Amino acid sequence: MKLPIYMDYSATTPVDKRVAERMIPFITEEFGNPASRSHPYGWTAEKAVEEARRQVADLVNADPKEIVWTSGATESNNLAIKGTAEFYSKDKGKHIITVATEHKAVIDAFRELERIGYEATYLTPEPNGLINIEKFKAAIRPDTVLASVMFVNNEIGVIQDINSLGNICREHNVIFHVDAAQATGKVDINLAELPVDVMSFCAHKTYGPKGIGALYVRRKPRIRLQAQMHGGGHERGMRSGTLATHQIVGMGEAFKIAKEEMHDENKRIKKLHDQLLHGLTEIEEVYVNGDLTHRVPHNLNISFNYVEGESLIMAIKDIAVSSGSACTSASLEPSYVLRALGRSDELAHSSIRFSIGRYTTEEDINHAIDLLKQKVDKLRELSPLWEMFKDGVDLEKVEWAAH
Amino acid sequence: MAYSDKVLDHYENPRNVGSLDKNDPNVGTGMVGAPACGDVMKLQIKLGKNGLIEDAKFKTYGCGSAIASSSLVTEMLKGKTLDEAESIKNSAIAEELALPPVKIHCSVLAEDAIKAAINDLKSKK
Repeated sequence: MKLPIYMDYSATTPVDKRVAERMIPFITEEFGNPASRSHPYGWTAEKAVEEARRQVADLVNADPKEIVWTSGATESNNLAIKGTAEFYSKDKGKHIITVATEHKAVIDAFRELERIGYEATYLTPEPNGLINIEKFKAAIRPDTVLASVMFVNNEIGVIQDINSLGNICREHNVIFHVDAAQATGKVDINLAELPVDVMSFCAHKTYGPKGIGALYVRRKPRIRLQAQMHGGGHERGMRSGTLATHQIVGMGEAFKIAKEEMHDENKRIKKLHDQLLHGLTEIEEVYVNGDLTHRVPHNLNISFNYVEGESLIMAIKDIAVSSGSACTSASLEPSYVLRALGRSDELAHSSIRFSIGRYTTEEDINHAIDLLKQKVDKLRELSPLWEMFKDGVDLEKVEWAAH
Repeated sequence: MAYSDKVLDHYENPRNVGSLDKNDPNVGTGMVGAPACGDVMKLQIKLGKNGLIEDAKFKTYGCGSAIASSSLVTEMLKGKTLDEAESIKNSAIAEELALPPVKIHCSVLAEDAIKAAINDLKSKK
C-alpha cells in the first residue's frame, strides 16, 4: 500500500497512464501549432485537436462544434458568466442568479459583475445541499439574464436537478450556465436533451492533465458570448490563444476513457463509498454533510463532532484528505459551503472530505476506517467539548468567550 | 502546512492530558476560546502547600498548534509560583514551538488560559 493513501480525488486526480502516453508524442515529435495551415506539422496537430474535441463532445452528447478549449474550469466559468452576461444584458437586464455553495470561480465572477453594476442573488440551498426548485423559480425576475448552478458540488458531492432548473430558465428566457467540473465521468450528461446553454468542463478531475478545460456553448438555439481573451481569434473568436495540443489530446483521451468505463467504474466506487460510510458511521456523533441519495459516490463529507478538522487531518496523515474547514488559511473561517447548509460552526469546523476514485482499493478504505476510529477516539480524549458532551452539558447554552 | 518538530512532538505525545477536580479549593480552572472559532482550551492548575503549582492538566479542542501550546504550558507551569505563572507570555510559547504567524493566536489563547485558571484559583481563596 502506497502511503499516504490518496483520498482527495475531488481536488485533482492522477493522470491515467493511458492518457499520459497519448500526450507525450505531442510534446516531443508532433509539436506543430494547430493554427499553422501551411505545413504537415500544423495539420497533424490540428487533426489531433479536432479528434479530442470530438471525444469531449461524445462524453456529453454534444456537437464537437459546441466545444471551446480553455485553460480549465475557472476560465470556462469566467468566460461563460461574464461572456453571456455582457452579451445579453443589453436586451434582458442585469440581474444574475447563483447559489451560495458554488465554487469560488463562479462566486467571484459574480462578485466582479456586481462590481460593474449587475445585481446578484445568491440562493441558499436546503440543509441537504439541494436547491429548492420553487425558491429558484421565485428568484427569477423580468430582468434576470443569467443563472449559474453547478452540477456536482465539489465539497459535498450533491447532484443538482439540472434538468428541472434548466426548464425553468427556458420558460423565463434566462441563460443557464452549469459548472460540470466535478460531474464528468461521474454522472450521465446528455446535452442533446438537457436544457443547458453553457457548461464548463476541466480535464484534471477526470484523470486528464491540469491546465486544460472546455466550455460547451450551445448552437441550437445559438448562444453567443463576449470574448474575455482577445488575440488571434482562435476558437471562432471566443477564446484566443495558441491551443495546447498535448493538453487537449490528454483531455480528449481522458474523456474517451471516462465514456467507455464510467458505468463499471462508478459501480465499483459506489461499493467502496458504502463500505466507507458504514465504517465511519459506526463512530459516535458523526454527521454526513449533503444529501445521501442525490450524491456522487466519489464524495463523502463527514463531520466528526467535538474534534477539530485540522488536528484530525494531522492525526490521519497516512491518508491524504481535505478539511471542509479552511482553518489552514489565516481567516479561520470554517467552510462557507457547510455554513450555507446551516451546519453549526462546530460541525463545520469538524468536517473532512473523503473523495475516492479510479485507483482507490478496498484495502485503502479499510485502512482509512481503522485509522479514523483510532484517531477520533484519541482526539476526543483530548477534547474538553467531548468531556462536556459526555457530562451532559448543553454546549449551545455555554457562554463562550469568542476570540 | 509544515509543523515544527516541537509542535509534532507535543501533538503526538501530549503531556498532562486530563482533568482535576474543579471543586477542589486548591484547583483553578480556566476555559477559553469558543467552538465557533475552532479552539477551546481547558487548563487546570493545582496549588501545593508550599505555594508552588504541583500539577497542571489540559484538554484542548483545536488545531495541532493549539494542542501543542496547551501541552507545553502544562509543563512550564509545574513548580512555579502563581506570580511566575502569571508572567508567562504568549511570545515565549510561540518561540518555543516555532509557531508560524497564522498560529500565533494559539499561543495567545494558552496565555489567556493560564490567566483564567489563576483568576479562578484566586477567587476561591
